Amino acid sequence: MFKFVLRRLIITLPMVVIVVSLTWGLIRLAPGNFYSGEKKIPAAIEKNIREKYGLDKPWYVQYGRMMGSVLRGDFGNSLRYQGQSVNQILLMTLPVSATLGLFSYLIALLVGILAGTLAALKQNSRLDYASMALAMLGLSIPNFVLGPLLVLVLSLSLYWLPPARWGGFPSWNLVLPVLTLSGVYMAYIARLTRSGMLEVLRADYIRTARAKGLSERAVVFRHALRGGLLPVVSFTGPALAFLISGTVVVERIFALPGLGNYFINANLNRDEPLIIGIVAFISIAILLFNLLVDVAYAYIDPRIRY
Amino acid sequence: MNEERSATDRAQTTGQPALTPLGTPPEAPRDPDIIHTSPELAVGEGDVRSAEMRDDTIVGTSLWKDAWRRLLKNKLAVFGLVVVAIIIVVSLVGPYIIKATTGYTYDFIPPDSKLVKSFPPFQAPDGSFSGAHPMGTDNAGRDILARVLLGGRISLMVGIISTIVSLLIGISYGATSGYLGGKVDDVMMRIVDVLYSLPYMMIVIVLLAFFGNRSPLGQLFLLFAALGAVSWLTMARIVRGQVMSLKNQEFVQAARATGVTTPKIIFRHLVPNALGPVIVYATLTVPSVMLQEAFLSFLGLGVQAPLASWGSLASEGIQNIAIFPWQLIFPGVTMALTLFSLNFLGDGLRDALDPQMRKF
Repeated sequence: MFKFVLRRLIITLPMVVIVVSLTWGLIRLAPGNFYSGEKKIPAAIEKNIREKYGLDKPWYVQYGRMMGSVLRGDFGNSLRYQGQSVNQILLMTLPVSATLGLFSYLIALLVGILAGTLAALKQNSRLDYASMALAMLGLSIPNFVLGPLLVLVLSLSLYWLPPARWGGFPSWNLVLPVLTLSGVYMAYIARLTRSGMLEVLRADYIRTARAKGLSERAVVFRHALRGGLLPVVSFTGPALAFLISGTVVVERIFALPGLGNYFINANLNRDEPLIIGIVAFISIAILLFNLLVDVAYAYIDPRIRY
Repeated sequence: MNEERSATDRAQTTGQPALTPLGTPPEAPRDPDIIHTSPELAVGEGDVRSAEMRDDTIVGTSLWKDAWRRLLKNKLAVFGLVVVAIIIVVSLVGPYIIKATTGYTYDFIPPDSKLVKSFPPFQAPDGSFSGAHPMGTDNAGRDILARVLLGGRISLMVGIISTIVSLLIGISYGATSGYLGGKVDDVMMRIVDVLYSLPYMMIVIVLLAFFGNRSPLGQLFLLFAALGAVSWLTMARIVRGQVMSLKNQEFVQAARATGVTTPKIIFRHLVPNALGPVIVYATLTVPSVMLQEAFLSFLGLGVQAPLASWGSLASEGIQNIAIFPWQLIFPGVTMALTLFSLNFLGDGLRDALDPQMRKF
C-alpha cells in the first residue's frame, strides 16, 4: 500500500510537467500574441514588451523559465489582472469553486444514494420507475439549460432565491448554483447505486446474512451498501474532472468569481501565466484526488490489494 | 429463451456451413453481418455437428435479429429510436419546408428594421396570432425554428462524426493493445490510465481559444477532432477487454497458423467479433459528445456564427432569459429531448445486444 502510494506520488510530477508543457506548447504555437489585437503598437514599444516578458529569448529559455516557476509553485504575475499574482488569484478563487463543487457533490451523493438504494430495494415498483426516469431526465438536461430555467422559475418569477452573484458561505445565493451543478451527479449516482445494489442484493453473502436472521435494515445498511456502493466510489475519480467543467458553466451562469470563470477569461485574454497556473493547479488536484479515491477503494473493498 | 439458442441454429440461417471460424480461410467472402459479429460463433464448438444438420428445417435467427426483437420489446428504447429518427428527419427536411412556406432561413434577417427584434412564438409583429414563427424570433428577427433545425443538424453532426473519430482511435488502440498483450499492453494501458486523469477539457478549451475562430467550417473540423480525440479512452478499454477474451480462441489460432499477418488478424478477425459492446458504447458516446460540444459552444468556443448548434443557441438565449425566455427554452428543450431519447436508445441497445449485461 505504502509503495503504491509512493509510486503514484512520484508519477504525479512528470504528469504535471507533461500537461503544462502541452498547454504551453498550444499557447505558443497559436498565431498572435497577448499584446496584439486591440490596436497597433509602435515597434519600439513592442520591443520593450518583448524584452520585459522575455519573449526575445529563444523558446527553450522561455520554456525553462516557465517550467522553473511552475516547479517552484510561483506562477508569476497575471498579464491582465494588474498587480495581482497568479497565486493570489488562485487563493481568491479556489474557495468559491471548492465550496460549490464539494457541496454539490455531497448533496448529489446523499440524494443519489438514497434514491438508488430505494429504487433497488423496491425494484420494478412505481418508485423505481419514477426515480429512474427522473435520473435519465437529469442526465439529459444540460446544466446550462437547467440553471437558467431554475433562475427563471425560482427567482425571476417566484422571487424565492437570488438569481446570481457570490454571497459567501453559507448564503441563499448558493442554492441555485448547487442545485444546477448537482443535478447530473445525482442522476448518475442514483443509476450507479441502483445497479450496484441490485447486483449485490443477489449475492450469496446477502442470502447468508438474511438466512442467519438479520433484520432487513442490518442487511441493507451493514452488508449490502458496502458492496453496492463500490461503483459510486470508483465514479468519484472521473467525477472530479467532470465537476471542473461543470463548475465552469455554473460559475459563468451565476457570475461567481471561481476558478472556472477566471480560466475562461484567461483564455479569452491570452493571459498565459494565469492559464498555466490554473492548469497546473487543477492537474495536481485531480491526480492527488484520484490517488485518494484509489486508497479509499482499497479500504472499502477488502478484495483489492495494491 | 432466445438467448439460449445455440450457435449452430444461428449459423444455419446464413445458408452456409457453420464451420466458418475454423474452416474458412480469412480471404473467403462471408456474410459480415452474421458470422463475424457473434462471439458465441467464434467459439467453434459444435461446428462439425452443425455441418451435418445443415439441411434441417429449423429456422434460427441471427444475433442481430434476436437483438432487434428484444429492442422492439423495450418500450422506452422504441420511444427513443422513434424520437431520434423524427428529429433527424425533421432537421434534415424541415429547413426546406420552412423556406418553401414562409421564406425564412436560419440566417435570414428581415430587411425591415421594425422586424429586427425578438417576437414571442406564434405572434405577428402587430401582436395578433400568426403561424409564421412557431418558436418566435431572436434578437435579429431570425426565425428560431429554422435556427433550432440548423442547430439540430450541426449538433447531431458533431455528435456522430466525433464519435466516429473516437471509434477509429479507440478500436485501433484497444485492439492492438489487447492482441499484442504483455509489455506493449502494459505500456499502452498505462498511457490510457494517465490520460484518464488529465483535465483534458481544459486542454480542449485552450486549444479552441487559441486556434479557433478562423472560419465557421474550420471551427467545426477542430471540434470533431478535439472531441473525438478526448472520448476514445473508454472505447479503447472496452475493445481491449473484448479482444483479450477472444484472442486465444481457435479461429484466431487458425488464422495465425495459416500465416495471416497481425494487423489483418486484429482488424479482420478480432474487431468484427467485438462489435456488440462497441456499438452500445458508441450510441452512448453520441449524447455525451453532444453535451461537450454544447458546453464549449456555451462558452463561446464551439460553433461560430452564422452557423448555430443547440449549445450556441442556448448560450444566446441565456443572455435574454428574463425578457425573451423562448430563446433559451426551445433549443434547450429540443436538445434535452434528443439526449433523453439517445440515452434510452443506448440503454435499450445494451440490454438487447448483451442480455447478460442487462441490469436486471
